[in-house]
Amino acid sequence: MAVPKVCGIETEYGVSRRGGGEDNPVIASSLLINAYVDDKKVGWDFEDETPARDARGFTRDASNPPEVETHLVNAVLTNGARYYVDHAHPEYSTPECTDAMSVLRADKAGERIIAASMELAGITLGSEGEIVTYKNNSDGKGNSYGCHENYLMDRNCAFGDIVKTLLPWFVTRQIFTGAGKVGAEHDRDPVDFQISARSDFFEEEVGLETTIRRPIVNTRDEPHAMSSQYRRLHVIVGDANLCELSTFLKVGTTAIVLAMIEDNALESDLSIYEPVRALRSVSRDLTCASPLELRSGGSATPIDIQWQFLASAKIYAERTGLEHCGGAIVGEEVLRRWEEVLTDLQGDPLSLDGRLDWVTKFCLLEQFKDRDGLSWSDPKLALIDLQYHDVRPKRSLYERLVQAGKVERLLSEEEVELAISRPPDDTRAYFRGECLRRWPKSIIAANWDSIVFDVGAGSLQRVPMMDPLKGTRNHVEALLNTCDTPLDLIERLGSPLP
Amino acid sequence: MPEREQIHKTPQKRQEQESTERSVPTAQGEKIKGELDELLDEIDSVLETNAEEFVKSYIQKGGE
Repeated sequence: MAVPKVCGIETEYGVSRRGGGEDNPVIASSLLINAYVDDKKVGWDFEDETPARDARGFTRDASNPPEVETHLVNAVLTNGARYYVDHAHPEYSTPECTDAMSVLRADKAGERIIAASMELAGITLGSEGEIVTYKNNSDGKGNSYGCHENYLMDRNCAFGDIVKTLLPWFVTRQIFTGAGKVGAEHDRDPVDFQISARSDFFEEEVGLETTIRRPIVNTRDEPHAMSSQYRRLHVIVGDANLCELSTFLKVGTTAIVLAMIEDNALESDLSIYEPVRALRSVSRDLTCASPLELRSGGSATPIDIQWQFLASAKIYAERTGLEHCGGAIVGEEVLRRWEEVLTDLQGDPLSLDGRLDWVTKFCLLEQFKDRDGLSWSDPKLALIDLQYHDVRPKRSLYERLVQAGKVERLLSEEEVELAISRPPDDTRAYFRGECLRRWPKSIIAANWDSIVFDVGAGSLQRVPMMDPLKGTRNHVEALLNTCDTPLDLIERLGSPLP
Repeated sequence: MPEREQIHKTPQKRQEQESTERSVPTAQGEKIKGELDELLDEIDSVLETNAEEFVKSYIQKGGE
């Protein structure tokens, strides 16, 4: 039985120090985050992190120790997000959300938070330069960093079933999730332009790694929740998106597909022959219409395969409902936009200029190519590819296009503004964000599944939050309103968190 | 290689459309072209100055 698809996006941003000072990314990232959180900083509690546990049922031995960098800057924000330095990048992880619109808001809020951080860091640095960030996935020199999605799943759903469906799902969904990329990377065959910025970096079908030998389906088993009941699917194959429709569909469709896997609602076997190679070939096919060989025999184009997923999703919505994957309203909107995008990809992919990142970027590049008489290898095009993702509102080419009315927005700036400081109402992020807002100085440490309070007189109390669906506004707002201090809260809280 | 052939299919289709449009200039067409030029100029004005150097100097550590 499908469990609610609580989900979130964690994004590693590219970072540079410009105009003075040593360009050390760890220091730059720390400066950036510290400038934003300053005295509001709450430490991260690492006690329950288990990045070496593999979903296929084993724990990797200590000879390959997981990289949990406990000494780096790590903060929790009042919107329930985590903002931290990870692998020499500033990383922003949205709070837990129950639908794709909520994740989109929280993810976009993250861009605003990073932009605000840059401004504040600039004030601190003064004449000693500035910090610049990019919401993208590589530096063009073989180094890649991720935009990962997380989805709550039923622990009892066999991981093999998940892999079987997710391979063709991830190979084909890039036709609407791709951020676009000039050129090839990671020693892959040259190409002028491709749909996904990440596909070149993937080498395996399934695996635990995230930094080398990247697998299309990642097996990290670190639920940050009751592990007997829940799994957290950790997706590393996606592109960092700016277009709101790209992000909305990326998460919304994937949530529905995962619910269908849990409920055995997918009838056909859509397995593709050689998925790692197909991931790259689909990325390089701007028509989205080159056939892929299916393991069950015959062939199908990426668009065909997506139509099959959508057809199953519509039947699933009728029979079972979309309550667990976004709710009726957001769920129906996901289906509607998914259908619209597939229709347009089938008609003319370039008609999605202004709606999908890869198409918007491609059209912009083509316009410059035509006007300035450039070849695909001209550095100006590589610069446009990069600066499309600049997070500074005045330098971001994506923002220029938004301001010029060329790009569709799904969100109002007002709702993004709210999502900067307010958590979602309907997950444990509400409890986390609200406690932090009310008692910032009393929270010693926090992580996804607990908060440690200083209740006074040197006494520390840990409140476990093992259920992502508890600690919501409905559950705890009234209680929180009766508490003046964290001690009040500890005394009145039952266990587990309501 | 089949993949490479496919890449040019769609852009060529567009170029054919564009050359048709160019051969019959209209007031509307000119207006659209003007707005596009304006947008490209605006983008030019915010682009980092030395493209080659800038792109070369953007190096990141690998992440997840």
